Amino acid sequence: MAADDREVLTMTNPVGTNPVGTNPVGTNPAPAQPAVVMRDVGKAFAARRILDDFALTIARGEFVALLGRSGSGKTTLLRILAELDTVDEGTVLAPRNRSVVFQEPRLVPSERVWRNVLLVLPRRESTLARAQEALAEVNLADHARAWPHTLSGGEAQRVALARALVHRPDLLLLDEPFAALDALTRLRPQALVHELWHRHRPAVLLVTHDVDEALRLADRVVVLTDGKVGLDLRVDLPRPSEGTGSRFDDLRSQLLAELGVARPASPA
Amino acid sequence: MTVQDSRCAPGELGRGSPAAEPAALAAPLDLTDLSRRRNAPGRRAGLRRIRWLLRGLVPAALLIAWQWSTSAGLVPPTTLASPKSVLEAARDLIADGELQTALRVSAGRALTGLVIGAGIGVAAGLVAGLWKLGEELVDSTLQMLRTVPFIALIPLFVVWFGIGDTPKIVLIAVACIFPVYLNTFAGVRGVDRRLIEVGRVFGLSRTRMITRLVLPNALPSVLVGIRYAMGISLLALVAAEQINASSGLGALVMNASNQIRTDIVIVGVVVYALLGLLVDLIVRLLERLLLPWRPTIVKS
Ligand SMILES: Nc1ncnc2c1ncn2[C@@H]1O[C@H](COP(=O)(O)OP(=O)(O)O)[C@@H](O)[C@H]1O
Ligand SMILES: [Mg+2]
Repeated sequence: MAADDREVLTMTNPVGTNPVGTNPVGTNPAPAQPAVVMRDVGKAFAARRILDDFALTIARGEFVALLGRSGSGKTTLLRILAELDTVDEGTVLAPRNRSVVFQEPRLVPSERVWRNVLLVLPRRESTLARAQEALAEVNLADHARAWPHTLSGGEAQRVALARALVHRPDLLLLDEPFAALDALTRLRPQALVHELWHRHRPAVLLVTHDVDEALRLADRVVVLTDGKVGLDLRVDLPRPSEGTGSRFDDLRSQLLAELGVARPASPA
Repeated sequence: MTVQDSRCAPGELGRGSPAAEPAALAAPLDLTDLSRRRNAPGRRAGLRRIRWLLRGLVPAALLIAWQWSTSAGLVPPTTLASPKSVLEAARDLIADGELQTALRVSAGRALTGLVIGAGIGVAAGLVAGLWKLGEELVDSTLQMLRTVPFIALIPLFVVWFGIGDTPKIVLIAVACIFPVYLNTFAGVRGVDRRLIEVGRVFGLSRTRMITRLVLPNALPSVLVGIRYAMGISLLALVAAEQINASSGLGALVMNASNQIRTDIVIVGVVVYALLGLLVDLIVRLLERLLLPWRPTIVKS
């Protein structure tokens, strides 16, 4: 219990030091309460250790981006939090009410869009109204009765987002949700994710390989290196960030260095 | 874009250096005119218009050869009746209601056998597909029985069930079980694992998982099995009716065969073929009704 408290404290300290003016929300929700606690987590696939003595805490309502090289175990980490994979050792605490957006939309092809959004609920009028509401939030209200195969990649991914948000999750897990979209198409759903996070305030773990995306959207960027947190950066930028400025460049080169993308060292 | 970007650009990209043209660029390059071959809509459309004509050419030639060889006396009517006499035989059989009665009896047998066999096949496929224990119990048994050619069972069924409708229906049912079973099992097992994960993430109960994720997405495969079974049910029908039948299409054909009435035999064969066509049509209709979400079905 004591170890738990200490961890939460070290993690939330930067929030306290954050200048209030840079936080778009203004009022921080009780910062000490964690939504995710991972301690001493070990996970191996056939003798290859993916997570090694891994620890991560995410506060309630916090938006964390997870970066890492391909094959570093980002998806594995997310699947553990989604209860789709099990850990070999360690402790993982997560809220019961979780949602996932996978890299692919994973819509059920035999169900119309609005039924996909409310997969668990029975087929009723009230259900339809609720699905309509969720679809309106992702600007797809008029696609409620469409079949999934008629949607474009971006639309399908937005339906997946609506499906993830309709139950007002306490933890939203996003596994490179926009990786399949081109750089231009990506901008709108990115803004949408930020807006919906701002409105509903779930804790978010966004797995991405896009450093700029991580910096634009997240409170905090964590880099997964060799099964551990290699870098844990607080993004002290006004948001939504334009993705420019010297502080942005500074954070970005720190992240790129951690990811092993060679860049000339900044003289500053 | 940024200060750092511009700083590292010149050395790495070397775009500014006005070096001499590489040797590869000195050689002349032959360009092919890709616009020479244009879409010729007129020619394509013309071909499409006469496509049906082309397709009908060979069958029409065969029909003419058939009519000519029979009416010229080259082929005796006891070997092959002329198209004209086949048509007349069909008209007579329809006029006195004999063909309709035979068709009703035979179609009834095929349908009853099909429904029973497909029912058993779907049930067995679901049990084996959904439960590991079910697979252990059902799959190896059915795989073993599948190796028996169903026609070989006819004598046994005659001993067990006599010579009425029962042995025929049982034979058709048995023949229909396997294609439906195999495709149902494969369909259930082939449902995308990633969809099942979605169900788990969003907390679907096991029952809901089966009814909303597994069954609908296994249905295309089940329908493929039923389509096979429909074809096989006709085959089994013909086989069963050849052995002994006092009614139905088989009896009509066998009686005609005994009397060397090739015209009536051919009428029977054509009716069997028409039944096959009808069966195909029914499956297409079923697919259209049950699988509106499949892109291929919608577009076709
Ligand atoms: N089910 C599995 N069985 C065996 N190895 C796996 C399995 N899932 C992932 N891995 C391996 O674990 C490593 C991390 O995978 P993943 O978490 O998908 O990486 P990332 O998402 O960061 O690209 C990869 O080397 C991958 O091959
Ligand atoms: Mg991944």
